[in-house]
Formats: sequence, structure tokens, C-alpha cells
Amino acid sequence: MTMAEKILAAHAGRDEVHPGDLIEARVDLVLMNDITGPLAFKEFDKIGVETVFDREKIALIPDHFVPNKDIKSAMQAKELREFARRHRILHYYEVGEAGIEHALLPEVGLTRPGELIVGADSHTTTYGAFGAFATGVGSTDAAAAMAIGKVWLKVPSSISFVLSGRPRRWVGGKDIILYIIGMIGVDGALYQAMEFSGDGIRNLTMADRMTISNMAIEAGGKAGLFPTDEVTFAYLKDRAKGPFQDIRPDEGAVYSETYEIDLAEIEPQVAFPHLPSNTRGISSVGEVPVDQVVIGSCTNGRIEDLRAAAEVLRGNRVNPNCRAIIIPATQEVYRQAISEGLVDVFLDARCVVSAPTCGPCLGGYMGILAEGERAVSTTNRNFVGRMGHPSSEIYLAGPAVAAASAVKGRLASPEEVCS
Amino acid sequence: MKFTGRAHCFGDNIDTDAIIAARYLNTTNPDELASHLMEDISPGFVEKIHPGDILVAGKNFGCGSSREHAPVAIKAAGIPVVIAESFARIFYRNSINIGLPIIESADAAQAIREGDLVEVDLASGTISVGGRVFQAPPFPAFMQRIIQSGGLIEYVRREVKADA
Repeated sequence: MTMAEKILAAHAGRDEVHPGDLIEARVDLVLMNDITGPLAFKEFDKIGVETVFDREKIALIPDHFVPNKDIKSAMQAKELREFARRHRILHYYEVGEAGIEHALLPEVGLTRPGELIVGADSHTTTYGAFGAFATGVGSTDAAAAMAIGKVWLKVPSSISFVLSGRPRRWVGGKDIILYIIGMIGVDGALYQAMEFSGDGIRNLTMADRMTISNMAIEAGGKAGLFPTDEVTFAYLKDRAKGPFQDIRPDEGAVYSETYEIDLAEIEPQVAFPHLPSNTRGISSVGEVPVDQVVIGSCTNGRIEDLRAAAEVLRGNRVNPNCRAIIIPATQEVYRQAISEGLVDVFLDARCVVSAPTCGPCLGGYMGILAEGERAVSTTNRNFVGRMGHPSSEIYLAGPAVAAASAVKGRLASPEEVCS
Repeated sequence: MKFTGRAHCFGDNIDTDAIIAARYLNTTNPDELASHLMEDISPGFVEKIHPGDILVAGKNFGCGSSREHAPVAIKAAGIPVVIAESFARIFYRNSINIGLPIIESADAAQAIREGDLVEVDLASGTISVGGRVFQAPPFPAFMQRIIQSGGLIEYVRREVKADA
């Protein structure tokens, strides 16, 4: 079986499953945030159970519109807090400890190989980097899962991406996944699991893998899974809350399609408006002036991403026609960025450094775009109006390209700024 | 369940940010959400439609975010069914879970024009427009039970009651 099939079979209590099977599966973790929680709580209360199925298997993370963006958002954050109290939810993280959910959960050791994780947020796929079957669901699914600890799922077929080689300088997980989405389209993996393999994987950090799995949904993927290896175990060793296993596909597992990708062939990528699949290599972007740069999000807000940005920004300044906003994804990343001197680099370069928040990624706050403005962003979607005015434009990229673009005031390669 | 209504047509890859912009996600009120339906890609859309009108779209309808606010807004605007060439998977399951009927039929979606009068029979999965009839694949029995219960919560509520 593929990794997806193995995990789903185990959680459905079956010896094996096949693509297309409808199953009811036990979940290991159910996740909600401040915008998806309130809708879930309303539905949960209608079910008629006294409390949640397991107070240790639910995570409630305020991240989208916190620190509170406005009164309505404050009311939603309050609902999240009160539900957590009422049902004694163990994994509720208050503002000041919290961070962006898909960066925080791995940090606090809640994402482990072989687990089934459902989250009321599409980027729940991030935890596939750890060999978990992690998928986005809506608030109603999350409510039902909180009540009965189970979810109905259709077993997906899997697409194999065999990665080989070593990425070039300045190429990271973001460039790799943008390249893949550019190749297969925003529905190229629709209803399927994306499964990564090959000896190129050992050249990818956990941060790279999380970025790749994070954006599986942008190709329509149900999940984006990596097998475990020494890199995974090194990360989990000091963090995982509990034992963890090895997971990989079986010899002879059947895939619907197979793609072989040489990582060394990939140059830094940019996804042009208004689809994540509208990608071009940085050498083909042409002259595109930029008003704002955002470096952060569940996709690229980890310490590795901030280090890449700092490497480009060090000794340089953000172009006078541009604003750069840097958002460490968690308090731990923020603190580490300070202790490594990265925040000084950012401030010296004339960047804004924000508290952890999803903020501008979905047009919340902390950097909304005006009419006709253009942003280069390390976030994950660039649909019309995503970051502000409907006439604004978003160019998706990795942190190195985003930082170089901030310095030049236009789309730029890191090599134009650092040699 | 049978519906007859005027079609409003959209293209491919209509994402959930287009259906309901994220700036409105600070409310869960269905009527409030409905008032902003398709606001950024089709200004004035809500003023234009009538309850009972049918939404028709191309490929990958509802892609992007998992926000359930998207099908909630569509349902609360009085749209009884969505026909598309294909649906993004989270939107697909969200619609079933909240009791918003959806039908996947590439042939029908491609044939229907803006303003056409469309008749949908959910039980048989047939779509009739301009004298032509299209057949969509039926939902698996399990999903039909959820839809017939009025959504996942009602379905689960009955199960929990039965177990008690």
C-alpha cells in the first residue's frame, strides 16, 4: 500500500484499503483556529454530547485574526478561549504563547508519523512532512470529529513524486512545490494524495518538507506525504509528545501517476497572479515593480525561512518604494530570530517585524494592499483580492526571492543582491 | 428533491476567497455572509439573484481555503444547488455536510448558458436544460444518507442518540 492507504487502513481498523473505499476513521488530532472554531462550536452544540471525545486530542489555536483585528474577531477569539476552558482542552495556546497553527503544532510535538490529523484549515496538509495523513476539512467535519473522534473519508489514490539531486543555492521547499504546482496545475492532484520519495529528500530540511506538504492543497491534493528518515527523527527526538514510528510506502505500492524530478534543475520560482500554478523561473520574470513584500506564514515563517531572508537583506536596505513585513510564525521562531541577530538585520534593512499572525496572507491585517498595488509574498495563495483590494496583485515566492525583491523594489533574484 | 431555477454561470477555479472574501470571516451569521456572496469577482451579484436561482461553474469550483463559510453563504443566499464540471474536495464535502446539494457534471456545466432555466432532480442525478437531459453519477449511499438527514450534524446527532 501507499503511505496514505497504510495510515487510513490502520485508522479504519482494516488490514487494507483501496482508492475509492469509503471509510470511517479514528482521528489522532482535530485542529481549529479562531475563524473556523466558532462555526464548529455552534454545530458541536447541536450534536447532544456533553463534551469532546478526548480533551487531549484537540488543538485550538488563535492565529488568523489575532492579536485581535477588530471587535468581531475579538469575539471569535473569545469563543475559542471559552470553548477551550469549558471542555478543558489541553492544547489551547493563548496569544503570547501561540503562533501560526501549522508552524506551532510541529514545534510542540503534536505531529507524528503514521497519525491521522484533520484540521479546519486547508493547510493542515503541512504535517504530511512528518509522514502523517493530514488533511483539511470544514468546521462541521471538525465538530463531528470533536464529538465522536471519527471522520468519514474516501481513500484517495496517490501520485508519486520521485525527487533526486540537490537543490541549487537559493532554492528551497517553496520553489520546489511551486515548480510542481506549475507543472500539474491547481487541480493536478485533485482528490489524490501527493507522495514524495527518492534520495533527493535527504537534501531537504524539515522546514523545506513542511513548505512542500503545506502547499499540496494548492494542487488540489488531499494530503502531501513524506516518508520518515534520519532528518525526521532528529526533529522529533526532542519535541514529540510520545513515541513515534517509521513510515514509508510498501515495495510495489500502486500510484496513479509518477513524476521524476531532479531538484538541481529547478531555479527559484515565482507564481504570478492569480493562480499558484502560474509559475515562472526567476530568470524569466521581466520587469515587475513591487510595493510590498511579506515574509512569513504557515508556508514560510520558520527560522530557516527568516535566515534565508536575512542572508539576502544583510547589509542592504529595502527599496524606498517598497515596504517589507516580516512575520515569524511562532514565538519560538521570533525569539530565535532575535538571538541569532536576524531581527537586527531586518530592522537595519528597514523592515517591519510583526508578532506571529496569519494576518496579511488572507487579507486580514498587518499589510493589506491598496488599489493597484503589487506584493511579493511567501504566503500560499494569490487569487484575486486575497491580500486586499480586488485590483491588487500577489506574486508568490520563497523568502530569498521575496527579500531580494524588497531590496530592488521589483521582482528580483537573490543573485542580483548577493553574489 | 427537485429544483428549477435560472442559471448564473462562472468559469474555472472559482476559489473560496472569491465566493466569500476573508475579510468577512469574522462572522458566522449566514445571512450576513450571503450578503457578500461573490462580491469581489461579480460586484452586485447578490442584488441580481433570486432565491431558487442555480449556480453553474467550470472546473475546480470552491478551490482554495477550507472555509465552510463559502457553501454557507451560497445556501443562505437561497441557491438550492450548485452544478460544476468538478469541485475542489474540501468544498465538496463541506457542501454535503451542511446540506447544500451539489452535482458534478462536465457535460451539463458546459452546456448551460447564463439565464437558462435548469431543472435538477437530485435523487436521479438528472439535469434538464433546453430539452436536453444530462446524467450525473449518483452519490454513494453513505453520502445520500447524510444529505437526506439534512447534513452531517443531524446524521451524527441521530447516531449518538441511537448509541446512548
